[in-house]
Formats: sequence, structure tokens, C-alpha cells
Amino acid sequence: MKLTLKIWRQKNADAKGKFVTYDFDGASPDMSFLEMLDALNTKLIKARIDPVAFDHDCREGICGACGMYINGHPHGPGKAITTCHLSMREFKDGDTIYVEPWRAKAFPVVKDLIVDRTAFDKIQIAGGFISTNVGSAPDSHALPVEKSKADEAFNSAVCIGCGACVAACKNASAMLFVSAKIAQFALLPQGRIEAKERVQAMVKKMDELGFGNCSNTGACEAECPKEISLVNIARLNREFYCAKVSP
Amino acid sequence: MDKFLGSCVTKKLVMAIAGLFLILFLLVHLGINFLLLIDDPVPFNSAAHFMSNNVVVKVFEIFLIAGFLIHIIWGIILQVQNWLARPARYKKTAFSQTSFFSKYMIYLGIIIGVFLFIHFMNFYFVKLGWVEGDHENFYGMVNDLFQLPLYIVIYLVSFLFLAFHLHHAFQSAFQTLGLNHNKYTPVIKGIGLIYSIVVPLGFSIIPIVIYFFK
Repeated sequence: MKLTLKIWRQKNADAKGKFVTYDFDGASPDMSFLEMLDALNTKLIKARIDPVAFDHDCREGICGACGMYINGHPHGPGKAITTCHLSMREFKDGDTIYVEPWRAKAFPVVKDLIVDRTAFDKIQIAGGFISTNVGSAPDSHALPVEKSKADEAFNSAVCIGCGACVAACKNASAMLFVSAKIAQFALLPQGRIEAKERVQAMVKKMDELGFGNCSNTGACEAECPKEISLVNIARLNREFYCAKVSP
Repeated sequence: MDKFLGSCVTKKLVMAIAGLFLILFLLVHLGINFLLLIDDPVPFNSAAHFMSNNVVVKVFEIFLIAGFLIHIIWGIILQVQNWLARPARYKKTAFSQTSFFSKYMIYLGIIIGVFLFIHFMNFYFVKLGWVEGDHENFYGMVNDLFQLPLYIVIYLVSFLFLAFHLHHAFQSAFQTLGLNHNKYTPVIKGIGLIYSIVVPLGFSIIPIVIYFFK
């Protein structure tokens, strides 16, 4: 496959970045997008050019590290996949592909396609946990949980915190991420105890970090590799109002 | 500023409540406007007189103006914050399966705001005595305005944009209130779609009928 790659190159957080065009003919339809970038980097290294920096870890679609904005979509075209699962079959020979980092004030660019997603960790630290005594794992049936609730909580817990929701949102809002993290606890008895404090602390931290406001556009849901639903955002809203009005 | 306005969730809640209040008011306004289709000016002028002088309506009017101002001011604040949240834009953007008009709410809102100002200049400010006009004969004033093709075009275009605004606004307000469920959300979206078509269409029919048939 012959491709024209227009990739965002930025030396470091303070440098001014720009798009650099690479005419690359080393791609195969059998490659994943990251393997294609690996092949490009091999070529760049041989030519003594600084390789394109990008985040990646598991390459199995579960760590959420490999976030990049490809041809106008977070994680590229294709539904419910991360960049590492994006196949080069999605592209045609001769295609021009734009590869950009996530764009958000709260996710500053570190280098090239790598952004600093510490903001998500800060939101989690603010309230995305339950307080419990440590020790051996409790018996799995000690605390009965309704099956439907357990399933719903699990659907929220599959959020990998990749930041695609922020990248997709026209407002760079983190509401889908935060709502999933709140819902996964709010639905379970263990999480109810600190529910009020959790939702207020996490929303406060999200605001402090400079994310935008949710305008219920739904781009986050449409582009989320784990198909986290907007229902979570409605739950966050309900949890927040209840926390504010109840004593 | 956020100390006064509250969190992003609170700001959106204020927007949603003000918006739903305005949505309800539109129905009342449309009901009165339909009186314009009657050849006799008395019913419409009586309704306008009642709306101008009744004590309960006057109290309601304060809430209505507050609703407009809050919806506009909060909308601008939220939008500015949203722009600031993404200082660098993407080079290439693509379409994703989303609520289409939600991307243009601020621009639709600006157009509606401009129309609202024209509307206030024509009627509300006349009623307040700030602009010259016969506030005892709004029927005649409306009929005069709806003989001007340019005014009708502006009117119809404004209501087209209001329809786009309402299409997203209706269901978005319920989502902001925390109401989203597989069982009733499709019903809310359906009502929103019908409302966003029927109400602006109702307003739009009136100048067409007056211009062509009266």
C-alpha cells in the first residue's frame, strides 16, 4: 500500500508543532495501524530521523494507551476499536491519512502524538474508589448484588480511560469518562456509601482541570472504543443533584 | 466565576430548566398567535391586552424575561468555556453519529437572539412605551408587518433555525435533568422531534396565511 501520511510532529511540550508529510509505501493491509507506524519508524530510524512518538502498551484493546486522532476520528475509522485494533484494511492504496494527537487543554501534548492524560488520574484520585479494610478477598456471595445492576456496573467499568471521549467531544468534555467511573460504583452497594462525596469531588476536579461542558452531542458515545453509553452521563447528573439536595 | 455559577453540571441544569420554561412559553405564544387567523381583531387584541395588564401574567413576565436572560447568558458562558477547553483545533474532522444540530446551538441561538431583538422592537418595547406604536392594536401592527415580504422571509428563516435549535434542545434538556432510559428516551426524542416541527410550523403558517389569503 502506498500512503501519504500527514503526521503531527512536535519536539516537546513547549515546541511549536507542525504536520510533516511522509510518502510511505511499506504498509500492508494485514498490518494494524500501530504496526504500520512501527514500519514507518523503522524507516525513519534507518534514515537517522527522529521516529514518531506515540503511546502504546497492550496492543490488545484493553489498556487505552494508543490514542490518536486518525482522519477525523479518535482511534480512527471503525466502530468500537482502539487504534491498535485498527486494521490497515480500513484504508485504500493511495489514501492520505491525517494523524493528530488528542486536542484538549487538559491533555497537553508531550511529544508528537503523545499527550499527558494525568488529568484522568487526578479525577480518579479525587473520588474514583471505595474505602474498605484491606485483607483477604471477601466471599463473592457475601454481598448480594442484583444481576441487572451488576451487568450495568460492568458495562460502565469497561471504560479504559483512553480519552477518546474528550478527543471526540467538540467541547473537550470528560463527562463520559467521569460518568462511567461514577456509575460503576454508584450501581453497587459497596460504592453507595461514598456516592455523594464521590460525585461532587470528581465533578469538581474535572472542572478544575479545564475540561469543557457536556452539550449532549453524543460524539463521545459514538466514538468510544468500549461503547460507554450516554445513560451514564444522565446517571452522573442524577447522582450530582441528589448529592446536592440530600442532607 | 464558577464559585458563583457552580459546577458544569449545575450550569447545564440552569440552562435546561430555563430552556424548558421557554419551550412551554412558546406553546402559549402560539396559541395566542392563532387568534391572528380570525378576521375579527378583537380576540387577538383582547388576548394581547390581557397579557399586558393581568397581574398574574405580569409576574409570569418577570420569570420569562429572566428565563431568556439566563438561557442566553449561561449559554454564552458555557460556550466560551468550551472554546477555551480546546485551544488547538483538529486539522481534519469527520462526521460521527451524533445529534447534528447540537454542534451549532450557539450559532442557532445567535440567529434566534437577533430575531428576538427585532420582535421586541416591533412589539414588546412598544408595549413598554420604549418604541412608538399603537399598543392597543397589535392585530393591525402584525397584519401590517406581514404584508412586507422581507419581514416574512426573516420570520420564516428565524423559525426554521428555531426548529433546528429545538430539535436538539428538547431531548438534551431531559438528558441534563438526568432522565435517560431505554424505555422512555425514545418517547422523549419522538415528542421533541414532533414539537420542533409542529410549533415552528404553526408560527410559520400565520404570516403565509395573512400575506396570501387576507
